[in-house]
Amino acid sequence: MNWNFEILPDFIFNGLRDGAVYGTVALALVLIFKATTLINFATGELAMLGAFFVYVLNVEQGWWLWLSIAVAMAISAAIGAAAERALVRPFDPDDHLPVVLITLGLFLIINAVAGDIWNYQVRRVNDPFGQFPSWVPNGSELKTSSEGTIACLENADGNLVEVSSGTADAGMCEMVGRTFFEVIGARLHYRTIGTWIALALALIALAIILGKTKAGLAFRAVSSNAESARLVGVNTGRTLGFGWALASVFGTLGAALVSPALGGVNPNMMLTILIYALAAAALGGLDSLGGAVIGGLAVGLIKSVLVSWFGVVVLGQAYFSILQLAMAFLLILIVLLFRPAGLFGTRRIERV
Amino acid sequence: MTDMMLKAENLHARYGAVEVLRGLDFEVPDGNVVVILGANGAGKTTTLRALCNMCTTSGTVTMEGDDITRSKTADIVRRGVAHVPQGRGTFPELSVMDNLKIGAYTRKDKEVNADVDRWFEIFPRLEERRDQLAGSLSGGEQQMLAVARALMCRPRLLLLDEPSLGLAPLIIEDLFERFAQLNKETGLTMLLVEQNANLALDMADYGYVIESGEIALHGPAEQLKNDPAVQEAYLGA
Repeated sequence: MNWNFEILPDFIFNGLRDGAVYGTVALALVLIFKATTLINFATGELAMLGAFFVYVLNVEQGWWLWLSIAVAMAISAAIGAAAERALVRPFDPDDHLPVVLITLGLFLIINAVAGDIWNYQVRRVNDPFGQFPSWVPNGSELKTSSEGTIACLENADGNLVEVSSGTADAGMCEMVGRTFFEVIGARLHYRTIGTWIALALALIALAIILGKTKAGLAFRAVSSNAESARLVGVNTGRTLGFGWALASVFGTLGAALVSPALGGVNPNMMLTILIYALAAAALGGLDSLGGAVIGGLAVGLIKSVLVSWFGVVVLGQAYFSILQLAMAFLLILIVLLFRPAGLFGTRRIERV
Repeated sequence: MTDMMLKAENLHARYGAVEVLRGLDFEVPDGNVVVILGANGAGKTTTLRALCNMCTTSGTVTMEGDDITRSKTADIVRRGVAHVPQGRGTFPELSVMDNLKIGAYTRKDKEVNADVDRWFEIFPRLEERRDQLAGSLSGGEQQMLAVARALMCRPRLLLLDEPSLGLAPLIIEDLFERFAQLNKETGLTMLLVEQNANLALDMADYGYVIESGEIALHGPAEQLKNDPAVQEAYLGA
């Protein structure tokens, strides 16, 4: 046993960063589950498509990155609503199997189409939180090459090293900014903080949309009692389309935030993330938006601290790193067995 | 001729292969309270659902002369039909306030808050619980909420599906007094489905008795009340 506590904070930060992404994608799952009580397996692929829109607009067309993300979110919303209208609404909402099969089919179709258009190579994207602005104090390291395509880091001797080859070549790299600062001996990356802030802002926006707008009220009404919602004049179909659009926006945000950490975008980028997001949603309660976020952070922490730190570092068992996905499935299994409603989900008990 | 708020002609309804309504003819005159009586399974609830196009129907339903048989539920609501479904149909995960606001979903005017205050005056218990989730209210409070929510759309026709179900007798009487008061003060037309025939006939102008999806009997409420067959079957006399 090697209790390497010095590096634990690093694992905690990483876990909470990944967890924020899982939470964002879990939000997309929960939004659709709340409205229709079904799992949309195409959530991850719709999000992947959104990340590719960001890539096309920002990298290929040269748009400003944040504008690209905003436009990609809007396009994804339209695609999500269109998918609901064309593929889900024609079916009886009470019969779940056909609709779940359709979302699985949508998953495969989007993946194949994206693969056909962009092939399966990883395409580099720009990181919205690549570097701290220069006024941030206490920054440390990061150097990238002047072309912005080669990742470089400062090694222990203070020399610039190109990450992938490990060779020191000051000519290839130059200091362009800082990507993290040190907190309690750990690297807190700008990307991590940015991901948290983005998730927090998205949550606030969601709370306002659902809590203060008429469309949000209609959405909550449909998820609470669809038949009564129809009886007060709510167009339930359109409201479900609205839910799909919102979910696609959140999925795209999650995918756009995570793609730089994955090295770029590729059609399979969301496969494992969807599994973690499913675990997060199951843990938090499939119909609880707050639960999705907390579940996401918890899954990120479990994956990073329990599996990577405890399993790989403390126990010294490298094979633990390949058990991360299995852990997610195990978590889903345990939750469904012992607490099917999750930590914060409704248990559907009410007075009649 | 009195103005007909609602008229159903040869109304059929089915769930899958099961035909529940087998050709009903009835009318609800403007400003009247009409009651539909019948045993469990006679088709009372289905009648109200059929009017709102919430099940597969054939026949003709007209509202103020316009055919609404094929209209979407939401459009029928926009025309001024409010439906309080059986089992209240409140939104348990929404607060009392949000339940009332969603009731005004089809309205575009600015007087929604004024209406909320008005119904709070009539149902003060709801005001006390305005921020509570509807699912945590008692049965009687939920029924009040369901009615208040239905009234939020400023309906001209209120469909009430067994409002007395599961409520204590005192609460039922209180509720029916409020219905009668509403009808008298605002001229609100009501179509009421009830098993509690006594109270319903007291309040109603006209009544229909349904048996196995067909109208077995109809007439002014007073007359039905004194009809031996009705008395035996529904009034426990």
